[in-house]
Amino acid sequence: MNRIREFFRTFLLFELVKGMALTGRHLFHRKITIQFPDEKTPQSPRFRGLHALRRYPNGEERCIACKLCEAVCPALAITIESEQRDDGTRRTTRYDIDLTKCIFCGFCEESCPVDSIVETRIFEYHGERRGDLVYTKDMLLAIGDRYEQQIAQDRAADAAFR
Amino acid sequence: MMELFAQIQEFFGPVWPLVWAMVKIVAIVLPMLIAVAYLTFVERKVIGYMQVRLGPNRVGPKGLLQPIADALKLMTKEIVIPTGANKVLFLMAPILSIMPALAAWAVIPFDPDLVLANVDAGLLYVMAITSMGVYGVIIAGWASNSKYAFLGSMRSAAQIVSYEIAMGFALVGVLMMAHTLNLGEIVRKQEGAWGLLSWNFVPLFPMFLVYLISGVAETNRSPFDVAEGESEIVAGFHVEYSGMAFAVFFLAEYANMILIATMTSIMFLGGWLSPVPFLPSGFPWLAAKVAFVLFLFLWFRATFPRYRYDQIMRLGWKVFIPVTLVWLIVIGGWMQTPYWPWK
Repeated sequence: MNRIREFFRTFLLFELVKGMALTGRHLFHRKITIQFPDEKTPQSPRFRGLHALRRYPNGEERCIACKLCEAVCPALAITIESEQRDDGTRRTTRYDIDLTKCIFCGFCEESCPVDSIVETRIFEYHGERRGDLVYTKDMLLAIGDRYEQQIAQDRAADAAFR
Repeated sequence: MMELFAQIQEFFGPVWPLVWAMVKIVAIVLPMLIAVAYLTFVERKVIGYMQVRLGPNRVGPKGLLQPIADALKLMTKEIVIPTGANKVLFLMAPILSIMPALAAWAVIPFDPDLVLANVDAGLLYVMAITSMGVYGVIIAGWASNSKYAFLGSMRSAAQIVSYEIAMGFALVGVLMMAHTLNLGEIVRKQEGAWGLLSWNFVPLFPMFLVYLISGVAETNRSPFDVAEGESEIVAGFHVEYSGMAFAVFFLAEYANMILIATMTSIMFLGGWLSPVPFLPSGFPWLAAKVAFVLFLFLWFRATFPRYRYDQIMRLGWKVFIPVTLVWLIVIGGWMQTPYWPWK
């Protein structure tokens, strides 16, 4: 009996029609495509994109050249050299991030004791020549200065969970 | 207007019939090629929509210029000929595959009076011409001197040969209904008092399905696209083709699709006839039916996974051929009884 039923089901293309009904229904579904340059997906405040170096409100750079980020970086993308400044504080003289090596794990940001190195929401950046994606200290500080408001907001939004 | 026509006729003199035939051929082929271009666009749109995507929408308004952009891209690309390839056959294969796809249109009746060549053996001509198409595929696979291409062409050869039989048997049913090989007559015989219920697909429903599915297999379309089989043999018979040579293969595939859809409409769906008696018949009905069958083709592609090669063979030989044979006998017997409603 079962075999006869199975026979008729295959002959009447029952399952094929069922499959086509499914795709037919999807023809009228709302399309979920995000048309990227015009539309963008929402981002989390924890988004890990391009790096930035922050400053204190008085303009002093936060980084104290503890080199924790350099040590924790699994891709060895960070290079730091440091020196004692005239006022006796230790500061970096070189802070390079090779973004072609970086895997955007966010460990540098987590390890930083003074919230100096952070990852921003920026992900649409590019380099046109070799070496363009090695970001130096000045470039990172410039990004930090430019997006400080957004960066501070994101840290505040996430503060409760840190 | 008529005067101008006569003047042109005078100008060409004895070669006028040839010129006039050429004009008619261009009048059929040109809209065909445009239809092919837009069929690729519609395919991408429909499949996109069925996969909850948007499909191409960047070139021109709503992406309507996409096929033109594709054509321009392919035309400007280099035709790479592999070192080990047989140059003559390699370049001949695409021509061999598009030629039958276009030549078959000579006998297709678009309207009661609109047909390029009203041949009495029209159906036979179409069957003969469309089976030539497989040579393009086989030669392409052989001339490329590549194992993937060769595998693809072997598969497609076996597949097309097996499905042609089922297709031929399905058409025998149509012949029994129409008693003629003339495509225009076949359509006229389907005219009846009940509109769409007197079309061939009602008494010949199993054959209609067999023909439709064999048509999908004939044109190497998904789910029978083992000749291409992107995931297993890269692109099958046309792996080595690029530029315009590739474009011609593409054109041939879609022209064949339109041809099979038109044949299905003419054989089983009443060609240009209107489905309801109170509306006038005409070309728009044929266009609508062709569009519907083509939509089915795209729908199949969006729905079904590719058949395994041995399953294709099983379906062709062990299912379709017996089914059509049995139905031939049923129809033949039924026709002899007084209870045959389709007269």
